[in-house]
Amino acid sequence: MSAVVTPGSAPRTGFRSSGGSGYWRDLDWILLIAAFTTTIFGSMLVWSASRADMASDSDPQSYLKRHAINIAIGVVLGFFASRVDYRWLRAYTPIIYGLSVFLLFMPFVPGIGTKIAGARAWIDLPGGMTIQPSEFAKIAVILMMAVLLSEKRDVESEPRDRDVLLALAVAVFPILIVLVQNDTGTVLILGSVALSIIAVSGARTRWVVGLIVGAVVGILLAIQLGLLQEYQVQRLTSFIDPSADASASAYNANQARIAIGGGGWTGYGLFEGPQTQGKFVPVNESDFIFTVVGEELGFLGSAVLILLLGVILWRAVVIAYRADDLYGRLVATGIVAWLGFQMFENIGMSLGIMPITGIPLPLVSAGGTSMMATWIAVGLLQNVRLHAVRAGT
Amino acid sequence: MSERSNLRLLVLAVLVASLLGTLLARAFYLQVLEGAEYRAAAADNTVREVVDPAVRGLILDQAGRPLVSNRTSVVVTIDRQELAKEDDDGAAVIKRLAAILDTPAARIRERLKPCGTEGAKPPPVCWNGSPYQPVPVAKDVDTQTALTIMEKRSDFPGVSARLEAIREYPAPFNVNAAHTLGYLGPVTEEQLEEQGDSTAFDRLRRTDVVGRTGLERQYDDILRGVPGITTLAVDTAGNVTGTLEEKDPVAGDYLVTSIDAKLQSVVEQQLINAVYRAQRQGYRGTSGAAVVIEVDTGRVLAMASYPTYDPSIWIGGVSKKQYKDLIDSKALSSNAFQGQFAPGSTYKVVSTAAAGAEDFNLYGIYPCPSSLKIGPQTFRNFESNGYGPISLTRALEVSCNTVFYDIARTMWQKAGGPDAGADAPDPIAETAADFGLGEPTGIDLPGEAAGRISSRSFKYQNWEDMKDTWCRNAEQGYPETRKTDPKLADYYTALDKENCTDGYQWRAGDALNAAIGQGDTTVTPLQMAMVYATIANGGTMYQPQVAKGVVGADGTVVKEFPPIVKGRVDVPKKAIKFLRKSLPGVTTEGSGETPFIGFPLDKIPVASKTGSAQVTGDKASTSWFASYAPANDPKYAVVMMVTEGGTGSKTSGPSVRKIYEALFGVSGRTVRPGDSVLVGGEPRATLPAVRPDGTPVTARGAGTGVATSRQEQG
Repeated sequence: MSAVVTPGSAPRTGFRSSGGSGYWRDLDWILLIAAFTTTIFGSMLVWSASRADMASDSDPQSYLKRHAINIAIGVVLGFFASRVDYRWLRAYTPIIYGLSVFLLFMPFVPGIGTKIAGARAWIDLPGGMTIQPSEFAKIAVILMMAVLLSEKRDVESEPRDRDVLLALAVAVFPILIVLVQNDTGTVLILGSVALSIIAVSGARTRWVVGLIVGAVVGILLAIQLGLLQEYQVQRLTSFIDPSADASASAYNANQARIAIGGGGWTGYGLFEGPQTQGKFVPVNESDFIFTVVGEELGFLGSAVLILLLGVILWRAVVIAYRADDLYGRLVATGIVAWLGFQMFENIGMSLGIMPITGIPLPLVSAGGTSMMATWIAVGLLQNVRLHAVRAGT
Repeated sequence: MSERSNLRLLVLAVLVASLLGTLLARAFYLQVLEGAEYRAAAADNTVREVVDPAVRGLILDQAGRPLVSNRTSVVVTIDRQELAKEDDDGAAVIKRLAAILDTPAARIRERLKPCGTEGAKPPPVCWNGSPYQPVPVAKDVDTQTALTIMEKRSDFPGVSARLEAIREYPAPFNVNAAHTLGYLGPVTEEQLEEQGDSTAFDRLRRTDVVGRTGLERQYDDILRGVPGITTLAVDTAGNVTGTLEEKDPVAGDYLVTSIDAKLQSVVEQQLINAVYRAQRQGYRGTSGAAVVIEVDTGRVLAMASYPTYDPSIWIGGVSKKQYKDLIDSKALSSNAFQGQFAPGSTYKVVSTAAAGAEDFNLYGIYPCPSSLKIGPQTFRNFESNGYGPISLTRALEVSCNTVFYDIARTMWQKAGGPDAGADAPDPIAETAADFGLGEPTGIDLPGEAAGRISSRSFKYQNWEDMKDTWCRNAEQGYPETRKTDPKLADYYTALDKENCTDGYQWRAGDALNAAIGQGDTTVTPLQMAMVYATIANGGTMYQPQVAKGVVGADGTVVKEFPPIVKGRVDVPKKAIKFLRKSLPGVTTEGSGETPFIGFPLDKIPVASKTGSAQVTGDKASTSWFASYAPANDPKYAVVMMVTEGGTGSKTSGPSVRKIYEALFGVSGRTVRPGDSVLVGGEPRATLPAVRPDGTPVTARGAGTGVATSRQEQG
C-alpha cells in the first residue's frame, strides 16, 4: 500500500502546478460518473449480500460501513493519482515497483500472511483488516512496463528486443510470486496485462504471437505435468459441468448459477433473493457479487451493471487512443486489459463460463485493496487524459 | 504513434467489447431463456441443521461446591446418511456394532427409526431429531470399545464415538436437595408449540433436554447455553450439497445458589432424624420438611423435604415402572414449598398480630380456662390444661388455645356473628394475608403452592362451589354407605344437609378454629418460615430466593440477584415488637423449652413457637417447630414439620436445635463461630470464584465435601 501512497505524501512539487479550474474542466466526466455509479451500485449489492451474515452481529451495518470507508480512501488515492506529474511518476516507478514486489513476499512471512480460500495472498493488518498486495502489483507492473517500453525512442520506431525482454521480466517476476501464492486468477490477469502492453507498444509481431503460443503451451504443460495441484485443476475445470461432482467449488458454481438463473428478467427485488439471503452462495459480497445483482435485480440489473463497466472500459480505450505519448498510451492500455479481463473472469465465473478463481469484481466487490487499486487506476486514466488535453492533441 | 500500435489497441478494444458481449449474452441465456428452470432449482434448495448441544452450566452452592455438574460419557452415534450408502443399507455394520456393544441389533435398528415413520416405537426409543444428525445409539460406552470402533473405521462406516456431557450430582456431604435442584427431561410439545415457528438458532429443538422442575427449570435459559449449529445445504434428494454456516456452541452459565451444601446436609439428616423420632413414639411420620432462611435477605440457605428421591435416577430417562414408583412414593413433590399443611399453633403469631391490629391490649391479662363452651360445642386446650388468668406472652409460651379462642370470638361477634355477610371484617384472615399467606411466596422455584386462609369469604366461596353436591347427597342419603354402615350414612347425610342449608355461615366454631391455625387454613413450611423471618427482621417481607448469582463458564460474573423486598407487613409495629419480645420465652419457659435444655440460650437466644396441628381422621397431629435466632439479633429462621409426627416440641424441636448448633458452632454450652457449618460463620457476601477453565473455587477451608468413594460414606 505504501508504494502507492508515496506520491500523495511527496512534496507538492510532484504535482501539476497548473490551475484547478482547468483540471476539473478537462476531466473525463463520463468515466468519473460511470465509476461512481458503479461503486454505489456495488455498495447496494454488498449491503444485500452482507445483511444475512451480519444479522446476528451487534452492528448489522458494520460491513457496509467498512466498505464505505474503503471507497472514500480509494477516491482520495485516485484523486492524487490523477494529479501526480508524469515525469515525477516515471522517476519514481522503479521504487513503486520494488515496494510492490517486496509486499508480494509478505504473505509468506509467518504471522503476517494469511491464507484465504487456498490462496496465500493476504497480509494481516491490526484491527482485523487484510490487504492483498497483488492488487497493487497490477498497477506497479503496468507502470514499470510502460516506462521500459516507452523509454528513449522516437514515436515511430518499435521497441528494441532488449526492452521487450526487460519488460517481460518485469512482468514475469511478480507473476511467479503470485503463482506460488496459489492466486491463479491474478496470474491470468497479469499475463493478459503484460501481453496487451507489449502488443500495443508496437513490438514485433513475432513477440506477440510467440507470447500467445508460449502462454497456451505453458498452461497445457502445467496441467499435463501435474505442476498445478489437483484442486486447482478441479477448480479450473469444474465450471464445465458443475453438477457432475459435489466438491466445494462445484457447489459454489452450481449455487451461483441457480441464483443468477432464478433472477429472470427483473429479479426477486433487492434484499429478496432466496439464494442470496439464504446464504447459499458463498462469498457473495466479494467473488460472487454478480450473483446478487443477477438474482435480486434480474437480467435488467445485470445488463445495467455490465454496460456500466463497458462505459468505463470504453472511456479507458478512448483515453489510450488519444494519449499524447507512448507512455500514457501503455499505462491506459494496461488498465484496459487489467479491468477488462478481471471483469470478464469474475462475472464469467458466476455465469459458469469461466473457471472459479478468487478475484473481485472491480469497483463492485467488497474488499478494500481492490477498491483502492481500481480507483487509483481511474485516477491514472484521468491523468493520461489531462496530459493529452494539455499537450493539445 | 505507430499504426501498428493503433491497430493493436483496436484489436484489444474489440476483444474486450466482445468479452462484455459474451457476458451479456450468457446472462440473457441463463436468466431469461432458462430462468424458470433455475427458479425451480432455487426452490429445491433447503437447509438442514446439525446441532451440537452446549455444555449445561453447573449449579453451585454458596461456597462454590458443585451441587450439579457434568461428567463426560462416551456416546456412540450412527450417521444414517453414511449408513444408507452401504450396499446392504448398513445391516452388516449394525450387526458388527451390536456385537461389540453387546446389545441386540434390533435395538439399534429401532433406535435409528425416525419417530413417526412406519414401525417406529414411541420416544425415547425412536429418533426424534433431524435426519441429518448422527443418532446416539449407546451411552456410557467404555473407552476401550470406543477406541476399537474408531480404529476400525472401515468396519464401521458412519459410526462414530464422541464425548457428551451428562448431568452428575457430586452430592457434597451427601446432600440430596433433589426438589430444589430439579431434573432434566426432553422438551415438551407445549414448549415447542409456545415458541411457534421461531427460526432463531438458539430456539428449542425436539432433541433438546430442558429443566423440568426445580432450579433446572426456573433458570433453564441461563444454564442451557447456546447450541452449536452447522447449517447444511441440502437438495430435494436429501443430498448434502454444502456447508452454509458453522456456529460453535457456547457453554451455559453457572448458577450460584444461596444453599450451603454442608448446612443442607445437616438439615436433611435432622429432618430424617425427626421422622425417626416420630416413628419411635409410635406415629407414622409420613412426611416432613425443613427450611432455613436468612432473615435479612430472604435467601434460602437450606430446604429439605421428606420423602425424597435420588436425582440421578433421571439421567438417561426413567422407565415407566420407575416413574410409577416415584409417583406412588409421593417423593416427587417438595413438602417444603409444594406441600400444604394445617399450621396449628405456629399460626398464633398471626392471631396475636391481628389482636394487636384490632387494639386488644397486648400486655393485658386474659383468662386461660381448660375449655371454652360455645353453644353446644366445647373447645378445649391441648391436653385440657388450664392456666388461669395469664398475660398474652404467657399464652404464647404455653400455647393456650382458650385465650385465642376468646379473642377470636370477640372479633367474630364484633363483625356481626353468624349472619354477617361474606364481606364482614375478618381481622385474623386479613393479617394472615398481610403476612403473605394464601398466596405463593414467589420463591424462584416452579410449582409453588399457595396455601389457603380459612375465612368468612373462603367459606362462602366454598359453599357456592359445593352446595349442589351437598344438597344432592343430603337428598340421596349415601345409599352405598348405608348398605354396610347405616349409622355412618346417617351422620354424613345430616352433615351434608346442614352444609347444604347453612354451609355458607361463618360460625363461631370456624372463627375459633381459624385463630389457632386449624380448620381450612393450610400453609407451606416455606410460607411459615417467611412469616417468622418477617417477625425476626422487624416486619420486612422478602421474596425468598435460592439463586444468588450467575457466573459465566469462564469465570466472569454475569449477574447477581439482590434480595427482593416485597414490602413491609401491614401489621402495627407494636405487635411485631410484642412478638419479638414474647417468642424467646417459648424456648426458655414454654412449650419449646424441652428440646433446648442445655443449649446456650444466654449466648444465642432462640425465639420459637411449637405447633401440633390436628388433622381430620384418626391421624396423629402434625409436628411443627417454627423459630428464629439469635432472638436479640436475628439471622436465621428455621422451620421444621413432620406429618403424623406428634407434638412440635418432641418431634421437630430437637432437630431444629441441632440445626442451630450446626449454624452457630455450638458444642455443649460453648459457642465457637469457627465451628459453624457455614465457612466464616455466616453466608458469603460474594459469589464464589470460577476459574477461566470452568472449575469452581471452593471457599477457603470449606472443603468440597465430595467423598472420594461414595460407598465408603454409605
